[in-house]
Amino acid sequence: MSAVTADGTVAVEKSGIEGSYLTDGYTLRSWLLTTDHKRIALLYLAAITMFFFIGGFAAALVRLNLIVPQGLLGSAETYNRLFTMHGVVMVWFFLVPAVPVTLGNFLIPLMLGARDLAFPRLNLLSWYLFMLGGAVTLWALFAGGVDTGWTFYTPLSTMYSKSHVVLAATGIFISGFSSIATGLNFIVSIHRLRAPGMTWYRMPVFLWSLYSLGVLMVLATPVLAITLLLLALERVFHIGVFDPAIGGDPLLFQHLFWFYSHPAVYIMILPGFGVVSEIIPAFSRKRIFGYKFIVWASVSIAVISFFVWGHHMFVAGTSLYSAVLFSILSYLVAVPSAIKVFNWLGTMHKGFIRFDAPMLYALGFIGLFTIGGLTGLWVAALAADVHLTQTYFVVAHFHYIMVGGMVSAFFGGLHFWWPKITGRLYPEMWARVAALVMFIGFNLTFFPQFILGYLGMPRRYFSYAPEFQVLNVLSSAGASILASAYLLPLGYLVWSLLYGERATGNPWGATGLEWQTASPPPTANFVETPVVTQGPYHYPTPESMQLHG
Amino acid sequence: MSLWLPAASDNAAEVDHLIGALLVISAAVLLLVFGLLFVYLIKYRAGSPIDRGAIAQKTWRVETAWTAATLVIFFGLFVWGADLYVRLFQPPQRALKIYVVGKQWMWKVEHAGGQREINTLHLPVGMPVELVMTSEDVIHDFAVPAFRIKHDVLPGRYETLWFTPNRPGIYSLYCTQFCGLDHSKMSGNVVVLSPPEFQTWLAQNGGSHTLAADGRALFMRYGCSGCHGIDGSNDTSGAQSTVRAPSLGGLYGAPVPLTDGSVVIADDRYLHDSIVDPERQIVAGYAPIMPSFAGQIGEEDLLKLILYIKSLPAGGSP
Repeated sequence: MSAVTADGTVAVEKSGIEGSYLTDGYTLRSWLLTTDHKRIALLYLAAITMFFFIGGFAAALVRLNLIVPQGLLGSAETYNRLFTMHGVVMVWFFLVPAVPVTLGNFLIPLMLGARDLAFPRLNLLSWYLFMLGGAVTLWALFAGGVDTGWTFYTPLSTMYSKSHVVLAATGIFISGFSSIATGLNFIVSIHRLRAPGMTWYRMPVFLWSLYSLGVLMVLATPVLAITLLLLALERVFHIGVFDPAIGGDPLLFQHLFWFYSHPAVYIMILPGFGVVSEIIPAFSRKRIFGYKFIVWASVSIAVISFFVWGHHMFVAGTSLYSAVLFSILSYLVAVPSAIKVFNWLGTMHKGFIRFDAPMLYALGFIGLFTIGGLTGLWVAALAADVHLTQTYFVVAHFHYIMVGGMVSAFFGGLHFWWPKITGRLYPEMWARVAALVMFIGFNLTFFPQFILGYLGMPRRYFSYAPEFQVLNVLSSAGASILASAYLLPLGYLVWSLLYGERATGNPWGATGLEWQTASPPPTANFVETPVVTQGPYHYPTPESMQLHG
Repeated sequence: MSLWLPAASDNAAEVDHLIGALLVISAAVLLLVFGLLFVYLIKYRAGSPIDRGAIAQKTWRVETAWTAATLVIFFGLFVWGADLYVRLFQPPQRALKIYVVGKQWMWKVEHAGGQREINTLHLPVGMPVELVMTSEDVIHDFAVPAFRIKHDVLPGRYETLWFTPNRPGIYSLYCTQFCGLDHSKMSGNVVVLSPPEFQTWLAQNGGSHTLAADGRALFMRYGCSGCHGIDGSNDTSGAQSTVRAPSLGGLYGAPVPLTDGSVVIADDRYLHDSIVDPERQIVAGYAPIMPSFAGQIGEEDLLKLILYIKSLPAGGSP
């Protein structure tokens, strides 16, 4: 990777690890009691990397089991606990926090031109809450596990399961407060800490995405907390809330659970939209296409996503009218996502496109997210959903969005801002290989599952009918490729920390305030408070590029 | 491996058409997105000397155009999917009712004639079938991919699912709502027979009693007859009871006025709820004195009681 020369509008400061936030104290205490958003972001990065590999390990065992129809692990009990562990860890301890608490934490103040988030100590507290919640949940998972699936449907979870449901739920409950605190911190920071001259429409799309995400986190997470509390009350004290045998309503749980968990899907994907909206202009060297449409698409997703939870319940026994209403609302929420895809294509149109690793990840994101989004139309169509829901089709659909989309965006963002975060360049060739292998491995893993789902293979099956074996073996083979692609960055990124080439302040020649300070930034972020005089993505026009070129 | 799933109900072909349309639309959009992506990546790669010309400053025309196009296509898909789905909620009157009880981890099927089966469901071809389903424990889901249908089976209430098998054969049935340890073992077969074969099957597997006849015995055993009368006609003169309870003769399918002024139709669900949760809907003019039988009468016995009540004619012994 070679540093791109600055385009003239961006001042590149001298690079160097010395005098940066990384050298501002070397003790364990200086990390564990830091209130520096950049250090907290790294604490989070270490934590979610651990959770990602724990959840990934469970997924690997799930795919291993499914190589043979009768189940290779030999025990349905083990299998049920493994897929529950995979879901719980990946959803609440990787996907929900991944981008916001690492890249978001690191970049929000830098992009705003601020010293730190609005509430630095609250930021540290949310890390501790997250770790406490994670520890409690891991304790539950390793002390014997949970066998309800990550959705905790009642009355299975409250009256019938003999596993550590309450303990796992307690961990999720605690980590929810971390989400709420983080969301609040982001909202207040974006309202109050914008640099002089940075109006709302001069903010990068990434900030708009995280603003929408903050609203979702603050409004939706309390509902999850209430739901888990009621679940624990029924399980421990037999207070009839959800189990009809003691006067409860089993559908009430699903309504409450999805009232959180559907917005949570957008909590997971919105930051991905934000990351990709930064990478594509930077590597197309062109202003983003339809800026206002993209940012208002994020905001409208945040709003509409609160009114689509019922589409998880089309066969659950809700009323006909609610199903029809939720179907049309689900189509509506897909419109802003489609707008974003078209705008990213518009951004590339007439650009000067470079194929550095972050861009490869972003392109992978567009491809996989589009497939995930299109198959969302299938399950939003009521009669088609009746056939496809609760099968591997749905598993494939949400993995295309969550893993194909979100995890690609996370890796794209991690590579894009890696030089800023660490002051080092990663080995470009390895990174490109990893991006490519990830894309291939992903499709091989999850595409066969669409077909399996159409053929009727139910999800969460420890053993299955022999006619499904070939597609399952293909999927497991893909998973092994995918796993190796995830191990690659772990290797070369760690290598680059020690041996990577030193990065300049702005190795990509990108716009955005975060590139105007040193890599890695000093503890105070900016030597002088920046003043913003123009909108984001002020890349040169094609005309001027061609004059120089 | 077969990439083909039999379409064995009237509904299945229609759902397949919808899925086919979704496939075509998805493929077209994918082709468009990937096509544009590859063209741009090649044409506008950084090293390409091609003349880019001026870039558009105003984007709202394009934005409005593709937003509108997206909305129109989405609305069409919504209407199509909803239209088929609405029909799933309207079982024909003449449908053959079969009762399904799910429990960890098996399906128990009861035919009105007293025939019982486990993890298997025998059906006649060409006749609408309405499954009346409930669960004894957790939430299950009754799914038959060859019919393109599924529906959750909930404890404490009746859910229905109807379809018309149109091709004899043996098709897989699955529980598709995770229900605990042996969820993946809670599967079986739907056997669709020609009408004469089905009649033979019914005759060979006939219980000695119909479900309604069993229900009559239960009606006495659980003490229902003490208040509602031996034949449900609230004539309790034979018994030592002074309690006044509504007559059950001819009740099934009839409108019932409630104390709150509303009127409900006495269907399976109403009768079920009135036994396990009698205080929820009180018949106008009666005191809420009936005790709840929740947890005391199993779902299979409840079914038999309901079928017995269903068999009672208005105002007299059956």
